[in-house]
Amino acid sequence: MKPTKPTPRRPVLRVRAGRHLHGGPLTYAVLIVFTLGSLFPLVWTAIAASRNNTRLSQTPPPFWFGGNLFRNLHTAWTDANMGLALLNTAVVAGTIALGTVLFSTLAGFAFAKLRFRFKNVLMLLVVATMMVPPQLSVVPLFMTVAELQWTDQLQAVILPTLVSAFGVFFMRQYLVQALPSELVEAARVDGASSLRIIWHIVFPAARPAMAVLGMLTFVAAWNDFFWPIIALTQDNPTVQVALANLGQGFVPDQSVIMAGALLGTLPLLLAFVLFGRQIVGGIMQGAVKG
Amino acid sequence: MRPYTDQSGPAASPSSGDAVPDRPTAAAVAVERPVAAGDRRRKWRSRRYRWDTKYSPYAFVAPFFVFFAAFGVFPLLYTGWSSLHRVSLSAPNDMEWVGLHNYTRLLEDEFFWNALRNTFTIGVLSTVPQLLMALGIAHLLNYRLRASAFFRVAILTPYATSVAAATLVFVLLFGRDYGMINWALEGVGLGKVDWQSGTLSSQVAVSTIVIWRWTGYNALIYLAAMQAVPNDLYESAALDGATRWQQFLHVTIPSLRPTILFTVVVSTIGATQLFGEPLLFGGAGGQKGGASHQFQTLGLYLYEQGWFNFHLGRASAIAWAMFLILLIVAGVHLLIARRLRKSQ
Repeated sequence: MKPTKPTPRRPVLRVRAGRHLHGGPLTYAVLIVFTLGSLFPLVWTAIAASRNNTRLSQTPPPFWFGGNLFRNLHTAWTDANMGLALLNTAVVAGTIALGTVLFSTLAGFAFAKLRFRFKNVLMLLVVATMMVPPQLSVVPLFMTVAELQWTDQLQAVILPTLVSAFGVFFMRQYLVQALPSELVEAARVDGASSLRIIWHIVFPAARPAMAVLGMLTFVAAWNDFFWPIIALTQDNPTVQVALANLGQGFVPDQSVIMAGALLGTLPLLLAFVLFGRQIVGGIMQGAVKG
Repeated sequence: MRPYTDQSGPAASPSSGDAVPDRPTAAAVAVERPVAAGDRRRKWRSRRYRWDTKYSPYAFVAPFFVFFAAFGVFPLLYTGWSSLHRVSLSAPNDMEWVGLHNYTRLLEDEFFWNALRNTFTIGVLSTVPQLLMALGIAHLLNYRLRASAFFRVAILTPYATSVAAATLVFVLLFGRDYGMINWALEGVGLGKVDWQSGTLSSQVAVSTIVIWRWTGYNALIYLAAMQAVPNDLYESAALDGATRWQQFLHVTIPSLRPTILFTVVVSTIGATQLFGEPLLFGGAGGQKGGASHQFQTLGLYLYEQGWFNFHLGRASAIAWAMFLILLIVAGVHLLIARRLRKSQ
């Protein structure tokens, strides 16, 4: 065997800088502290939910799990109507996400690739409305809902949020780049109808953006607070309405309140564990595009 | 599929259509039709095609605009209309014209100014640390890291937590007698803080909830922008002997300027509308924003006026005032952005 002589390595010409630098120990330390800070309140929700009210009224506060988790979850499920709330929220958030994605893709495609009158004016209108706060429409919406006797019915929270100006803008920005105009024109020349173009060309091209928009809309709809708390009551609540009632003294037991908070958050946390990378990718992608 | 019965032969052009009975291709034989029928069909098809290209764009944007008109534009205008009336929650159809009274009343209303002040201070207390921290975290995440995917997902989990759930937890953590934060403060000898009843302390607590929920999200937005910065810039800066801190200051920050402006605008809009955090931080009777309204925001004041004091007209006026403030804020941002671009 020939002894390998250590050959002197040529000096590397490329300088390591920017994102090619490795993080040092301090980088990791700060990131770990920040991550712990992000996760701790959630973990502590579970800890508090597994204790009882007496234990939560003592110092030092508990740092580890107790044995009351399932009893508290059960109480929250029955007394605070969390079971119905979860079902309602799934229906509401699912419908809103579906509607927003569908309508935003159609409108976004039209704004990105089709010619029609008033196109620019209409697009300007869409962009202008992205800034209008929900507070500005809550009084008339409440009157309408009362007039139609929709109080406590899910359509009262679904219909006003079924479309979003941001969604249309987002899909337009994506389709302008991602969908070649030649493809649409070629399909036209071949005599394809608009519906066929939508189904066979636009939807496949838009799929990544549709997924991102769907996820973001679902999370936003799941966590929507202001309008549901006005339109719904404890009799037919969404998760946020049920939690608001818990927090405002519906059940005076702190550990049950924490159990309710845990129940209401768990579905989205589960989705984060499963699709975390995709959601992170979606938000970062949306940031660059937007 | 479209019934292109005539296109089985390679020579058949679309324009010659069905009306070529003397060249019996297989398909044409199979679908024997009189010339007139084929003609009519073709005409109808081309008319349908023309209608389709002309009107389908409107059909595509229609669902959005129908919903938008019904639940966006109409309420917006009607809020303006009802702000000029005395309207009670108990009889919303009974509107009495009062002109600008709701607005002039607002200007003399100490609770309105209090809410405006609180919205501003909580906005500053929550937005500034949040964005600065996000910038720092994004910078660290931009290094080559082990477990970078884990860090990214983990710092985003607060974003998945709802306002309600997050606030309920923080109410316990900020508890005066048994809360963990006071326990820790006492442990290091700083003494307890009454997070609920002090003005500054309660606003810091409310801001903490906002900061906790949104810092990770903003960090990811900054990170995305940082990754779009060409690495050559860093390399040449490093060759010129710039330290990491100087690179951050002179390469990263200038490249991120549009993104920073975007997040500032979005956070400011969010801060102007702040509602859920102070409502639930106040517990029972939270619409007051604390016993002496010490953390009542404009959103809460609107809610209190409309749904607890039954004055929907006043609530509408507050809503329009909030919108006006947003427009002013947006204008200021635009001005600053233009000034910055000029100074470059």
